[in-house]
Amino acid sequence: MKIVVCVKQIPDPASPYQLDPENHFVVRPEDQVLDDTDRYGVEVALQLADAVGDEGSVTLLSMSPGGSQQGIRQALAMGADGAILVEDPTLRGADALTTSRILAAAASRAGADLVITGTESTDGYTGVVPQQMAEIMGVPSLTFARKVEHVDGKIRIERQTQAGYDVVEGALPAVLSVTSGVVEPRYPTFKGIMQAKSKPVETLTASDLDVSPSSGQSIVSVESVPSRQAGEVVEDDGEGHLKILAKLEEVKVV
Amino acid sequence: MKTWVFSTEAEGAASSSALEALTKARSFGGDLGAVHVGEGSESALNELGAHGATSVMQVAGDASAAAIAAAMATAVDTEQPDLIIFGMGNLDRDVAGRLSARLGKPVLANAVDVMIDGGIVQVANEILGGSTKIVTQFAEGAPAIAITRPKAFAAEPSGGGSPVVNALNVPDVGHAGDVAVLSSHAESSEGPDLEAAAIVVSGGRGLGEASKFEMMAELAGLVGGAVGATRAVVDAGWVPYSYQVGQTGKTVKPDVYLACGISGAMQHLVGMKDSTTIIAINKDPEAPIFGVADLGIVGDVHNVVPALIEALKAQG
Repeated sequence: MKIVVCVKQIPDPASPYQLDPENHFVVRPEDQVLDDTDRYGVEVALQLADAVGDEGSVTLLSMSPGGSQQGIRQALAMGADGAILVEDPTLRGADALTTSRILAAAASRAGADLVITGTESTDGYTGVVPQQMAEIMGVPSLTFARKVEHVDGKIRIERQTQAGYDVVEGALPAVLSVTSGVVEPRYPTFKGIMQAKSKPVETLTASDLDVSPSSGQSIVSVESVPSRQAGEVVEDDGEGHLKILAKLEEVKVV
Repeated sequence: MKTWVFSTEAEGAASSSALEALTKARSFGGDLGAVHVGEGSESALNELGAHGATSVMQVAGDASAAAIAAAMATAVDTEQPDLIIFGMGNLDRDVAGRLSARLGKPVLANAVDVMIDGGIVQVANEILGGSTKIVTQFAEGAPAIAITRPKAFAAEPSGGGSPVVNALNVPDVGHAGDVAVLSSHAESSEGPDLEAAAIVVSGGRGLGEASKFEMMAELAGLVGGAVGATRAVVDAGWVPYSYQVGQTGKTVKPDVYLACGISGAMQHLVGMKDSTTIIAINKDPEAPIFGVADLGIVGDVHNVVPALIEALKAQG
């Protein structure tokens, strides 16, 4: 089973990201990191591949207009076999549909039996890329999975719902999106980090994949919103609960 | 202007997101329709009608997202809607994404407003934790596909009557539709409805362990509130997903939001920052939650919350 995991490199969430004042794209520094929510997809892929033995392989797939690789190496260090990087400056600021066209074409080209993604990225959070990819590839989508099993050649998941969960089964090839609760991602070992340096990373461009970047949307305006004012912040001196009680009484809820 | 909204049925009701979108779309004028997935009970259909939908395309509840998107794409060809509005539900996102790819049209997600400017559809998004508003317009021609955030608009009935209902037959989409729901499971949550409660008592990682949610439930019970949680603790399996407040969970706007041991990650803030009063308890004085709190207590939730519970009990 050939598993392709889509991962995204994003500006470190610890430092707030910024928009380019001219084109309103997210400013992407050189040292982008692996989107933390993608570690779960990588872990699911490694476990599914392990379960099928030698037949299983895990390839990372990422679109990286700026050529950044740091985040990819983080995921390779977890144990993935290699990576495909679509490196193309024309993809800067690509919308979700262009991203999906690129990723779907690259996954199909790689002969993926299963494509795994997170449910949405931390920096863009459009949350429709897995479904768009599945539609373009003509395969089933198994989305919002909080548990994943490979049963009788099919993928069976627990799909998160408002009321609880559904057990859903789909045929391969398929696209699977996983939540951040699905598994406990492993930490890279020292050996893994060393090995990651020599793992194969194939680079492609948009034209290699026959996709012409397009954007069916344009930004009209960007303005700052008057933000909520912070109120009183006090150190708890053992009486903090009384402050809360007084506030609850002030707004008349108790 | 012709607008469609997407609705899924749950317990005889239409999606709240669909009723909210219909209310908003009435201000655009023109034709209002709904695509409704599920049983198609009279109560759900009448709700859609009462909020302004004059026609409903009814889809069987067991159709795959791929089949629904294919059926909608065919209907788009003949009916030519200008705008299709989805909510943030799982099936909403599955169908919106597929429809977008099928039609080759972009989808704009997380909209907090939808506007029509000279016949062109625009959506507003809040980014960077709500500090920046971006307005984007569709440049690709109809239909514009938008996914709106919960409670972006208030739902108000228009007094409309029963809609005209037509079955929307789904085609065989082959392999893409080869998915089946084997079983559905409910995970109960106690107390008042989180999205409607006047007080929400929410817990995060700072509580330390799952069992501390009993303390949240006790506190919520004393003030007649509902219990919420952050994505981190839902992902850790402490409480079910139905408790989750934030970007990928519920959006709440209670009179009082009491955040206990919650740092205030952006993904959480977008789900609760419009609460009337926010009170936060956190050990870390630098926690972002204090930036939006009307009252912040820098302290240990394990001391402050039990003391608050005792004080409320003493008050009777």
